[in-house]
Amino acid sequence: MDFQVVVLAGGNSKSLTPLVSKDVPKPLLPVANHPVLYYVLRQLEQSNLKDLIVVVEGEDAGLLVGAWISGTFVDRLHVETAAVPEDIGTAGALRAISHYLTAKDILVVSGDLVSDVSPGAVAATHRRHDAVVTATLCCVPISGSSESGSSGGKDKTKKPGRYNIIGLDPRKQFLLHIATGAEIEKDTRLQKHLLHAVGQMEIRSDLMDAHMYAFKRSVLQEVLDRKDTFQSLKQDVVPYLVRSQLKSEAVLSGIPQAEEDGNEKVSFPNNQVMVSQILANASTPSFHELYSMDPDGFAQTRKTHKCCAYIASSSIYCVRLNSIQAFMDINRDVTGEADHLLSDNVIGPSPKLGTKTTVGPHCMLGEGSEMGDKCQVKRSVIGRHCRIGSHVKVVNSVVMNHVTIGDGCIIQGSVICSNVQLQERVVLKDCQVGAGFVVTAGSEYKGESLARKEK
Amino acid sequence: MGAQKKGATARVSEDPEELTRHPLQAILLADSFTTKFRPITLERPKVLLPLANIPMINYTLAWLESAGVEEVFVFCCAHSKQVIDYLESSEWSSQPNFSVTTIESHNSISAGDALRLIYERNVIHGDFVLISGDTVSNMSLTQALQEHKDRRKKDANAIMTMVVKQSKSSPITQQSRLGTDELFMAINPVTKQLLYYEDKAEYSKGFISLDKTLIADNPSVILHNDKQDCYIDICSQEVLSLFTDNFDYQHLRRHFVKGLLVDDIMGYKIFTHEIQSSYAARIDNFRSYDTISKDIIQRWTYPFVPDVLSGSSAIKVERQGTYRASDVTLSRCAQLGSFTFIGQGTKIGNGTKISHSVIGERCTIGSNVTIEGSYIWNNVTIEDGCELRNAIVCDGVILKSGAVLQPGVILSFKVVVGQQFVVPAYSKVSLLQQPTQQDSDEELEYADSTSGTGELRSDQLNGDIAPDLSETASELGTGGVGYIWTVFEGAYDEEWRHSVAPIPTDKLVKLMLDKDEDEELLTQDGNVISASGELKTDSDGNGSEDDDNEDSRDDYVSFEKEVEATFLRAVHENVKVDLAVLEVNALRLSYNMASVDCGGAIFYSMMKLAVESPHNSASELHRNAADIVTTWQKLLKSFLHDIDEEIEVILKFEEMCLESAKEFAALFPQILHLLYDKEILQEDAILRWADEKEGADESDKVFLKRSEKFIQWLREAEEEEEEDE
Repeated sequence: MDFQVVVLAGGNSKSLTPLVSKDVPKPLLPVANHPVLYYVLRQLEQSNLKDLIVVVEGEDAGLLVGAWISGTFVDRLHVETAAVPEDIGTAGALRAISHYLTAKDILVVSGDLVSDVSPGAVAATHRRHDAVVTATLCCVPISGSSESGSSGGKDKTKKPGRYNIIGLDPRKQFLLHIATGAEIEKDTRLQKHLLHAVGQMEIRSDLMDAHMYAFKRSVLQEVLDRKDTFQSLKQDVVPYLVRSQLKSEAVLSGIPQAEEDGNEKVSFPNNQVMVSQILANASTPSFHELYSMDPDGFAQTRKTHKCCAYIASSSIYCVRLNSIQAFMDINRDVTGEADHLLSDNVIGPSPKLGTKTTVGPHCMLGEGSEMGDKCQVKRSVIGRHCRIGSHVKVVNSVVMNHVTIGDGCIIQGSVICSNVQLQERVVLKDCQVGAGFVVTAGSEYKGESLARKEK
Repeated sequence: MGAQKKGATARVSEDPEELTRHPLQAILLADSFTTKFRPITLERPKVLLPLANIPMINYTLAWLESAGVEEVFVFCCAHSKQVIDYLESSEWSSQPNFSVTTIESHNSISAGDALRLIYERNVIHGDFVLISGDTVSNMSLTQALQEHKDRRKKDANAIMTMVVKQSKSSPITQQSRLGTDELFMAINPVTKQLLYYEDKAEYSKGFISLDKTLIADNPSVILHNDKQDCYIDICSQEVLSLFTDNFDYQHLRRHFVKGLLVDDIMGYKIFTHEIQSSYAARIDNFRSYDTISKDIIQRWTYPFVPDVLSGSSAIKVERQGTYRASDVTLSRCAQLGSFTFIGQGTKIGNGTKISHSVIGERCTIGSNVTIEGSYIWNNVTIEDGCELRNAIVCDGVILKSGAVLQPGVILSFKVVVGQQFVVPAYSKVSLLQQPTQQDSDEELEYADSTSGTGELRSDQLNGDIAPDLSETASELGTGGVGYIWTVFEGAYDEEWRHSVAPIPTDKLVKLMLDKDEDEELLTQDGNVISASGELKTDSDGNGSEDDDNEDSRDDYVSFEKEVEATFLRAVHENVKVDLAVLEVNALRLSYNMASVDCGGAIFYSMMKLAVESPHNSASELHRNAADIVTTWQKLLKSFLHDIDEEIEVILKFEEMCLESAKEFAALFPQILHLLYDKEILQEDAILRWADEKEGADESDKVFLKRSEKFIQWLREAEEEEEEDE
């Protein structure tokens, strides 16, 4: 497959502090004891997409991520790690690594995607339609109802359940409209000529852009070159391509040459229609072709390009790790209902449990962790080599590696980062404790973010 | 309603349904409340116009009967007498299970008025079918009705079900094959609820804007550009009362449907029912007349086709879709092409070619006539060698030999076209003169079409029309009778869109090019928005500010005009200065202007009067000005309270010299001096004006330079004064 994969792994994410720090950049943030990047790479590996470029923001983070990848996926994937400056946006990151891109099509995946959407299927859809861009859409997680625990769902119901407004053609193959960010809160404005061409458009607000895109490389590079104000793939590049799909020659004059680079060399426009028709696997030509033809049906007068949508079925798990809430949800889901994302055993090989200690379902204990007597663990993830005293209660929480928890602590809905020390009788509720922090004995915190001061 | 209450008190749950089981009723509007079929509809109501030789209303009534409707209320307004007479004499008055009742009105000007009137009559007792008398359909109502009832049971707010049909509008002209404008509808794919309806989408330019709450409430919405509104509505009783509550609802779609969609307080809902294989269409304009006629002849509307509907009078359907009545006299060498209908008693001469046309009863068609795609009604005489293409020819028309009708011609009743005369494309010809009052306001057109035309008709048809004919003879060639209606600018665009004739290729090409250009703009427009969402609102803000400025400027201009008029009246009628001051003050208050503006405006009026009064030389003009200023200095003075206002006068004068009254340019220093002498302007004002101008552009200083001497003199005088002190 002539596909190159770009994983935009990010770097220090402000929305995830204090979980993310210099030592633990976002791509390495452990989710159920695996760095979040692992999930994406594993999916790619399963789709046999092995030619990867992982883009990390910041040099230091790049080194860390590079080291981890070469350690974990040695001989399994062919990975280049590229470090780019911070805050240049996703489009900027692609611009920076543009010289690496050589394949006909590029698959761009966000590194914080925890999902079982098959990247191979997205790539295949992209190829089948000969599209310029294919966006992966998945169903917005239904808040509340599907979650087993009520506690986790509470915050979610407050969130607006809408992430994108998506317009699709009647056969749900083509992407006709995409609104993101602030546009969602406004009235939706739809181009009439697109409606004329397509006849009817389905407007969905229950789909979410999963941040997995397939691009035609030539087009992507041209857009990035020409539109140097474009910062984000999601907010600028994809909406731009979708908007101009029936009018592409205005900016994409370079495509014809680019297409000749591909294997299908066609001299007659009619043939081209035929070929793409066969590619589209459709009995009737898509509206793009109809639109691009003169009324007499022969000459192609207008240049169009196709924007496709790959809609993941509703059973597929797909969440982005872009907030602390999402981090909690993913940890819970990966150990729970979406445990197929992990091939490993849920409970590590040698946890040492004290007497009368219970570990409920949907829990994970890392290897080498020890627990004292009469502990309770429910719906939580506990990392490797943690020492947990007696009478400790851990509910709906994530405890990372090398954490020491004193006797009698109660931890609810919290995240405890690596190397944290909780002294005796600490009570934490809905807190985040940054790496290396020491919580003094007997203290109680609620809804706070505790972290060491950065030097 | 009363029955429903009884139902609620009854013990079994099924009872209400039983009790509310009324005979299915229908309201048939036998007046379209538009003027699209003029000039024909000046003389005959639209519903009685023949469609494949059978009056339109017969198709509608026959369908209603077959669809299980038991009681029809025919609402007639324009030409109500004709409709009532027709219905009384027709078979519809004597059907066993199908009663047709007419409701007559003389002052309804819209569908809204009609429904309000019907509400007052209190004849509708349950769900009813609302339809206009120009609808042709063969759909089955059973399913739609059942859906409507089921929805009503669950949700009392589901008061209307609209029938829609798949129909993709042409990509070039953006109109359906029925000639109607493109329609945008947003429908919830699961519930089929109608969420958005826009049939006149021009104003929003290249965009369709869906309200954010609409999308927030519905996870999935399908926006259709490929549906056609069949204008068949299944309504609940509430619809009538809604029209009564909202007395400003006129149009069924534009006001009622949109009104309900926008209004979220009452929460009434409209649903759609899509028909797949059956036929439903409404004759809204000449193009749809053509399209539907063809559909009927091609039997898409079966069983509502001429040979079935006409019953007794034997019409035979022959090969290639040719319909021929029993006693047609057809010359041997006449050629009848496909999809042609020849009515009873029609004679057709040698060598005549007819195709894709409908010929009415008792017509006489000479030899070597060519008729293509035309609709010829009854008792028409077409002499030898005429050519007709895509025309509608009404009853009693005479085409003298060799006359030619170009595509799109409409000849109304009893028009005579002279020998060899060529009627230009898209002309509408009638014996009646075009009503002169053509208001763009549609409401007034309604009124005109109903009340006005009735009188017009009785006067002109029954009376003698001969007197006018001598002068109009030339309009339609020698021996021709009738007026060619002029097409208004702007309306011309409509003509070819809605005409019976197919759209000419050059139009299509032009449209294509236009469209491409439009899109070019659109894409650019889109880019602007994309850059950031906020950008758009910014520009909006600027736009509105501009508007405000524009408004105030307009206000000032009209204020100035008013002041000028007042001043002139004061001059001509010798109004006293005090009264003039009062009047100007009143104007100032009503226009919300400052007294600064008054001074300027009065001075402007004075100078304008001076320029406009006769003068031969600059010195005469100076004298004029001096006279006027002397006479009216008190008026001017009473609005010049402080120096700012005086400076305003100078600025105004400068502006006049540059723009409206250039003759004063040469006299600028003199007039300035004059004003100084008359003590209208104080020297401070002039000096301050000079100081202000000092820093201005060179071009602005023209008048300053001209009056330099005067200002110099003023300055010196001032210094002297100071020295004196």
